[in-house]
Amino acid sequence: MAIKVGIPRGLFYYRYYPLWKTFLEELGAEVILSDYTNKHILDEGVKSCVDEACLPVKVFHGHVLNLKDRVDYLFIPRLTSISKNEYVCPKIGGLPDMVRNTIKDLPEIINTEINIRRSEKNMWKAVKEIGSYFTDSKFQIGKAYNKARKVQDKFDSAIRNGRLPSDILNSFQMNNLNFSPGREEDRVNSSSGQRGQSLLNILIIGHPYNLYDSYINMNLIKKLRENNVNLITVEMQDENIINQKTKTLNKPMFWNFGRIAMGTILHMVEKNDIDGIIYLMSFGCGIDSFVCDLIEKRVKRLSTIPFIVLTIDEHSGEAGMNTRIEAFIDMIRWRKKDESNVSALR
Amino acid sequence: MKVTFPHLGNLYVPIKAMLDDLGTDYVVPPFNNKSALELGTKYAPELACLPLKITIGNFIQAYEKGADTIIMAGGWGPCRFGYYYEMQREILNDIGYKMDMIALDVPKGSFKEIVAGTRKLAEGVKKLAGGWNINKILKAAINTTIISCKMDDLERLSFKIRPREKNRGNTNEIMKEFHNKVFSTYGSSEIKKLIDDTGKKLLEVETDKNYKPLRVGIVGEIYTTIDTDTSFNIQERLGDMGVEVCRPVTISGWIIEHILKGGLHLPRDMRFAEAAKPYLGAMIGGHAQETVGNTVLFAKDGYDGIIQIYPLTCMPEIVAESILPSVESDYEIPVLTLIIDEMTGEAGYMTRVEAFVDLLQKRRESKVIEGRMVLSRN
Repeated sequence: MAIKVGIPRGLFYYRYYPLWKTFLEELGAEVILSDYTNKHILDEGVKSCVDEACLPVKVFHGHVLNLKDRVDYLFIPRLTSISKNEYVCPKIGGLPDMVRNTIKDLPEIINTEINIRRSEKNMWKAVKEIGSYFTDSKFQIGKAYNKARKVQDKFDSAIRNGRLPSDILNSFQMNNLNFSPGREEDRVNSSSGQRGQSLLNILIIGHPYNLYDSYINMNLIKKLRENNVNLITVEMQDENIINQKTKTLNKPMFWNFGRIAMGTILHMVEKNDIDGIIYLMSFGCGIDSFVCDLIEKRVKRLSTIPFIVLTIDEHSGEAGMNTRIEAFIDMIRWRKKDESNVSALR
Repeated sequence: MKVTFPHLGNLYVPIKAMLDDLGTDYVVPPFNNKSALELGTKYAPELACLPLKITIGNFIQAYEKGADTIIMAGGWGPCRFGYYYEMQREILNDIGYKMDMIALDVPKGSFKEIVAGTRKLAEGVKKLAGGWNINKILKAAINTTIISCKMDDLERLSFKIRPREKNRGNTNEIMKEFHNKVFSTYGSSEIKKLIDDTGKKLLEVETDKNYKPLRVGIVGEIYTTIDTDTSFNIQERLGDMGVEVCRPVTISGWIIEHILKGGLHLPRDMRFAEAAKPYLGAMIGGHAQETVGNTVLFAKDGYDGIIQIYPLTCMPEIVAESILPSVESDYEIPVLTLIIDEMTGEAGYMTRVEAFVDLLQKRRESKVIEGRMVLSRN
């Protein structure tokens, strides 16, 4: 019987699931996902985790509880750094230790450290260590990793072309890599926007684990699409443009997400062709507390683009969230409609 | 140019001596106080950690006293402290306080970035020292390190004397006098003499030699543990309750281990990392590893209890907090976690500390009786 490896549907699942799933399945393991986030998972997570942690980390604990009795291994790699000279987040770097010391009676955790802060070569070291749980053959590990890398690259390029990870991942199959339905078609299918409303281009900034978990952000993406909004995310940005823009900062950002968000904003503000910016953050997120403030200052200083911050935690009410989104969208639409009626001579 | 710097416990003592020696004009911001925190809370992002808010308050209050340049250290993550000086620059700029920032930051990145960073750092040092007098700069750096070590020794001594004193309040009086006198000294030699004199005075305090105090280890985030004004003077108050405290994370430790040895790539004292290994396998930033490791070391050393202090939303300490219950049950040592932000009420905070000390007292008594404990309701 195949070894069962559980991947909790939280945090970096939304970024690396195709890579991990392909790699583990190529090595003969059976990958088991936890259920979609639901009330039970959220409640259990909140109950078991320390109060001060942020919402996505609490939800992750809930997913681990959901999985722990049906798998042989839990796959929670320690993501210290996923890009050169940058870190991810202290909480994610310490995640396997948090989980291990909070939840009792766990199956063995695969907690290999992935740290390519100094050199890309460390990635191969980590891959070898993960692979050694399943096979002794380095050749087989290398082959599996290469294949997984290809799938991940395809996934990444589909996202860069405007697809959202949540749309792809829900129907992700290893033998079906057809991520291609054009964004236009997809948007028309999934949106029931009112007729006659123009399409709004809105940049939405947020960690993938907040943005694509429709339970914890209360269907934000669906709601925006229903309002005839074309979503742009930071993952769609070109890496080169981001790097070029972040060079103008006084001090380089040492968080992966911070650099990407900062670069995207600087680019967007300069181009000035979007209708609004939504920043989705979870309460207590250390990185967002700084990045969001820096971005807000930049947007206010350099442009007139409307900007809103939506904060989510386990107590967020859906009604309040809806009101804020609707008000924001209405404000943009009225502005578009009425502002051109105002005389140029003010 | 009038320089100012953020408060961090006794950090102002070595920094003041250094600036005196360099002959730079400076303003010491008012000691951390409520209005500094209120100013910081008003201007800093809501979810930023407490030290950022307090330091912003420090800078605004120093600006009002005439300062126009800030000295601030930096870092390279993942803890938010590394980006502090950028945040402070942006915030102060936005609210119209025009202040220069001298960032003492080890340059990193690509070769080009390192060259640019080194140049910036050198310019900052030159500005601070008023020229390239290497002899003067080195001397000032060495004296700063020595004074910070002496200062920490003095503090440690006060932690030992305070719970044992016969007349409550003697130690506090001496320390208060010391802090008042610091401002009437000039240069490193006078400060050194003052510290030595104060140490002698502390040793003359009448103490109870037979008293065996409870011993409590203080761990947690560096700012809130070192800065007694932020932690509601917990170390002094525990001392007044007759508890001996020990705090392994110190300013001199930070300067020697982190800046000097870290900067020069010398081997560092990693006992805490070794001890933390079974619980926390890697460096995750901040002082999480120190917190977990020192808790283990304290437990092995036979301490009665541990108090962890950190500011709300501090990322590394949240990880440490979720690990500490395991250490607590493995080594049977009680741990109290205290979280500080601008809303923390002093009364509720002290009630928890007092209840914790009572618990430790009861634990010790029940250990003495050993199994012959009688439940009070029987």
